[in-house]
Amino acid sequence: MLCNICGKNQATVHLTEIIDEQMNELHLCEECARQKSVAMEQQFGLSDLLAGMADFDKPEKESETPAGLKCPNCGLSYADFKKIGRLGCGTCYNAFSKYLGPLLKRIHGSTQHTGKSPLKAARGLKDSIDTQELRLRLQKAIEAEAFEEAARLRDQIKEIENKKEK
Amino acid sequence: MQLNDLLNHTSEWLKGTGPNSDIVISSRIRLARNLDKQIFPHWANKSQGQATLAAIKDGISRVDYLKRTMFFNLADIDSVDKQFLVERHLMSLEHAQKSDSKALAVDDEEIISIMINEEDHIRTQVMQSGFNLFEAWDIINEIDDALAKELNFAFLPDWGYLTACPTNAGTGMRGSVMLHLPALVMSRAIDRVMAAIAKLSFTTRGLYGEGTHAMGNFFQISNQVSLGPSENEIIESINGLIRQIIEQENQARENLVSKNGALLEDRINRSLGILKSARIISSQETVELLSMVRLGCDLGMIKNIDRRSINELFIITQPAHLQKKENKKLSSDERDLKRAELIRDKLNIH
Ligand SMILES: [Zn+2]
Ligand SMILES: [Zn+2]
Repeated sequence: MLCNICGKNQATVHLTEIIDEQMNELHLCEECARQKSVAMEQQFGLSDLLAGMADFDKPEKESETPAGLKCPNCGLSYADFKKIGRLGCGTCYNAFSKYLGPLLKRIHGSTQHTGKSPLKAARGLKDSIDTQELRLRLQKAIEAEAFEEAARLRDQIKEIENKKEK
Repeated sequence: MQLNDLLNHTSEWLKGTGPNSDIVISSRIRLARNLDKQIFPHWANKSQGQATLAAIKDGISRVDYLKRTMFFNLADIDSVDKQFLVERHLMSLEHAQKSDSKALAVDDEEIISIMINEEDHIRTQVMQSGFNLFEAWDIINEIDDALAKELNFAFLPDWGYLTACPTNAGTGMRGSVMLHLPALVMSRAIDRVMAAIAKLSFTTRGLYGEGTHAMGNFFQISNQVSLGPSENEIIESINGLIRQIIEQENQARENLVSKNGALLEDRINRSLGILKSARIISSQETVELLSMVRLGCDLGMIKNIDRRSINELFIITQPAHLQKKENKKLSSDERDLKRAELIRDKLNIH
C-alpha cells in the first residue's frame, strides 16, 4: 500500500484520525508520519493529563480526603471529579476548594484572578478600569508604531470619558 | 437568514483581509461562562439541561447586540447540517455529538457564535480575519457585558469564572490564532518551533481545533493559562508569540525562495495543475495542494487567483459543504468526484 500523503513511498505507519466526525484510516510512509506526529504530540492535551494531575494533589495526610466529600448543590463527589476530570457545577469550587486550590495553582501557576468580573460588567462600573486598560494598550500601540490602532484607542478613551462627564 | 443561506455566504474570517493575512488566517477569542448554581452540561439530567437552555436563550434574546442571530437547536438539525457548521468553524466537533439540550446561535456575518450546553453552559466565540485578537476581544467583551446583565454567571473573586474543567477557570478565555506555515514545515524547522511553543505553555492544534491534526500546514495556537493574567495580558502574550512565528515563517519563505526558488515554483505550479485537472480528489489531498497554491499567491508566483477564493475553497470542498451544495447525501467516492469538479470550476475561470 502506498502512503496516503505523498503517494510515493510504501506505507508502514497506520493511524486513525477523526475529521468531520468520521474516523479515517491513514496509511503513511515513515517520512510523512514523522511530520504528522509532531503535530499530534501537541494535542495530547490537558483533559488527558488532568485526571492524573488531580491524583498528585492528594493532601498530605490521606485521612484528609473524606471518601464521601460531595458538592451540596449537584451531588458530584471529589472522587467523581478525579475520574471524569470535570466539575458538576460552580458550587463544586467552594465544596472542593481545599483540593482545587493546589490544582489550579499547578495548572495555571496562579490562584488569583485579575481579569474582568461579571458584577462590574453588570453594574456598568467598568468604565474606569476600561480606560486604564485602553491607556495601556494605547501606549503599547504607540511604541509599536501601530498608529491606526493608536488613533482608534484614543477615540475610544475619549468617548468613554465624555460619557462619564455627562 | 437560514442555515442554507450560509452556503452562499463568505464567513468574515475567510475574507483573507486584516493584518498579516498572508500567514495568519484568522484570530478567535472564546469565552466560557456558566450559570450560577445550574448543573454543568455533562452532569445535568435532561430537564436540568433544558432549563439551562431556556434561560440562556431568553437571556440572548434580550441582548440588543445579538438581535440578528440565527438560533439552532442541535436536536432539530441533521448530521450533515451539524458537520456543515463545524466545517465553517461556527461550533466544535464536541458540540456536534450528543445533541440533547444543545443549541447554537450565529450572527449574520458569522463573526459571533454562541454554543449553548457544550462543555460549559455558554461558549461565545468571535472570529476575525487576519491577525486581530484585540478587535475580536473588543467585540466579545461587549457581548459578555451585555449577557452578564441578563444572566447570573458562576464566579468567585479569587478564581474568576467557574468552568466545568478547571483548565478554563479564571478569565474563561481562550485566544487562538490560525497560522499557515508551509515554509517552516518544508524546511523542517517546524518541530523546533512547536517544541518551543509547548514549553511556553501554549497549545497547538490542527485545522478543526481540539482533537484534530495539523493538515495542510495549518496550525492553531492558543493560550493554555486562563487564571492569573488579565484578558489583555493573555492577548499580549499570544500576540508576542505569534509575531515571532510570523517572522520565522517569513524568514523560512525567503530562504526557500533564494535557495530553492525553482523547485518551489515547480511544486506550487504542479499543485495548481493537479487541482485544475484532477477528476477525483480527496479532501486531504485538496487541503495539502491548496496550501501550496496559497503559498504561491503569497509569494507572487501565482498571479490571477486571490487569497479569498483559495480560503473559500478550503471550506466549500469539505464533505458537508459538498453535500449541502448538491442537496443530497454523497458517499466518499461520489464526494471525491464532485470535489474535483467544483475545484476545476472555480480555478479554470481564471
Ligand atoms: Zn509519504
Ligand atoms: Zn457541584
